[in-house]
Amino acid sequence: MAADKTNIVESSELPVAMIDVATSFADWLIILPTVIALMGAALLIMLRFNKAIQAGLAILIVVGIIILEVRLFLNVMEFGTQSMTMGKWLPPFGISFTVDVISIGFALAGAIVTLAVLIYAQADISSREVKYGFHSLVLLLLAGVTGAFMTGDLFNLYVWFEVMLIASFGLIIMGGRKIQLDGAIKYGFLNFLATTFFLISLGLIYGLFGTLNMADISQVSAQAPIGPLTAIGALLLLAFGMKGAAFPVNAWLPASYHTPHPAVSALFGGLLTKVGAYALLRSLLLIMPSARDFLDPVITFLAIATLILAPLGALAQTNLRRAIGFLLIGGVGSVLVGLGVPTIRGVAGASIYIFHSMLTISALYLMAGLIERIMGTQDTRKMGGLYSASSWLSILFLVLVFAVAGLPPFLGFWPKLLLIEASLSQGDVWLVVALVLNSLLTTIAGTRLWAHIFWRSGPVGENSEQENKKLKPLTLREKYLCVTPTTILVLFIVFFGLKPAMIFDAGRMAAYGLLDNSEYIEVTGLADPTKEKVE
Amino acid sequence: MNTVIFRTIAPILVAIMVVFSVFILLRGHNEPGGGFIGGLIAASAIAIYGIAAGVEEVRKALKFDPIAIAGFGVFIAGLAGLLSYFYQVPFLTGLWAYLDIGPSKVALSTPLLFDIGVYFAVLGTIAAIALALEEDEEGK
Repeated sequence: MAADKTNIVESSELPVAMIDVATSFADWLIILPTVIALMGAALLIMLRFNKAIQAGLAILIVVGIIILEVRLFLNVMEFGTQSMTMGKWLPPFGISFTVDVISIGFALAGAIVTLAVLIYAQADISSREVKYGFHSLVLLLLAGVTGAFMTGDLFNLYVWFEVMLIASFGLIIMGGRKIQLDGAIKYGFLNFLATTFFLISLGLIYGLFGTLNMADISQVSAQAPIGPLTAIGALLLLAFGMKGAAFPVNAWLPASYHTPHPAVSALFGGLLTKVGAYALLRSLLLIMPSARDFLDPVITFLAIATLILAPLGALAQTNLRRAIGFLLIGGVGSVLVGLGVPTIRGVAGASIYIFHSMLTISALYLMAGLIERIMGTQDTRKMGGLYSASSWLSILFLVLVFAVAGLPPFLGFWPKLLLIEASLSQGDVWLVVALVLNSLLTTIAGTRLWAHIFWRSGPVGENSEQENKKLKPLTLREKYLCVTPTTILVLFIVFFGLKPAMIFDAGRMAAYGLLDNSEYIEVTGLADPTKEKVE
Repeated sequence: MNTVIFRTIAPILVAIMVVFSVFILLRGHNEPGGGFIGGLIAASAIAIYGIAAGVEEVRKALKFDPIAIAGFGVFIAGLAGLLSYFYQVPFLTGLWAYLDIGPSKVALSTPLLFDIGVYFAVLGTIAAIALALEEDEEGK
């Protein structure tokens, strides 16, 4: 019966609805990282009682994904944006995966962070948690994140958000302590709310445009009535702002990110909020720039508030990982600055900032895990004297603090410089003030942490001058498994800080890709031939 | 709930439901049905068996961990998409093969394989949840 049906379709004269160009391996690179991560997660959950092979297999899969993504990154840098539409259907009917520099750059950084976390986690999680599918959930999270970065379809983006949410629920409660359940509820509730807002705006977008393909919407959004478009833009700003933990919807992050294992915190800090920030850039710059123009004052206000309030929060914290959570939120403010000054420099600055923040924040959380391990507490008041115990850790921590604050010569300096230049050229003096203040406050908050944890000899109180005897030195296994990945992430930050040319190139290309939608539309296969004639 | 009548009927009911779920799965391509609804029916069969015979019994009968079944489903759904690589068409493109068996023609396809994957994913997930809930009930 099915055979008859295909014959009918072939013999009748319907308009072409399918792609008939052969698909090469280069095109398959677009989808493979996501599919391999997803299938790897499925494979690992099937083998979850076979604890011995879990870690090795997971690391092997992530290394494979990194190799494929490096290849794809080089392809994109050389040949420009690439696209593949699933199931041979022509876009916008098929689901498109469209990969430009910003997509693959973030996906690659995400995979590298995941690899570091997987190695670190070998000394961090118990064999019981391996049985509960830790590695499988990490890969599922990676699949969600990679899919979200690469997809060219808004509804598909929503699906990847859900995949991430499922995986992150599993990871945040892994261990099952009371405080984790408390964190998971705050995290879960606000994230559910955010995805619901996203879903509502998807309904409105479909009502307004009749399509959910990003390239397709981008093509027509300029002609849409500004009222409904702005409403949609505001909803998306709220939804993705919540996901990315921007002011004033950031409270869930410091309330939940310190509860799971440090490795999981690092994974969340490096990947999850960045997807929210990426989705903001993608939706408000590429898809509906006119809504962004209308919302410009709101975005500027949010950027300034996030930039200044977040490091103040960090200053007030005595819990190490909560303080890092606030530093992470401050970074979201920098991304909002890029959204507020949509010039090549501004957007390049925001993109590079996200890349930088993925590496730096993950490394900071991994570092926090090491510090907690030695100190036996999360409370910075009870810490002290780590400098004499491990000078190497103190150097790494200080580098990370300077990188987060945006001091040269580390990676964090360059995106801040671009953002300040962009804000100055647009005449947004307040943004410049906020950025500089943010750097200053972050430096104070970070060095305060450093002083308390490393410099001071003992905990707060009478014994602060005496040597801290409660320190528990790292075992050799912990040194290999935990310090090595942290060090490698820090080396990335130092290397890219000293040699920023490649990052600048990629950032500029990413910004071009977001600000000028013509290439994105063309490679997706939606360029309208009649429109060019009119022009 | 745990009466003699129910315990006697349950195995027959479960057998019928599982066969019916496969029927629903296979007719799904062109008619109402498919992997999702088929998986739900099979999972309810397992839930019924769990109420009648106890969760321990069900886990023994299933042989595989329900979560592993769900993972298997996701895995072969992904595999169904990857098969199109060998025909130089995009991911998830439907590929068809026709078998002539006597007078009838049997259509095999990657969408069917994908649907079987969905069937197992739904079956495994819902069964895992149902069994966990029933286990809680038994513990009280």
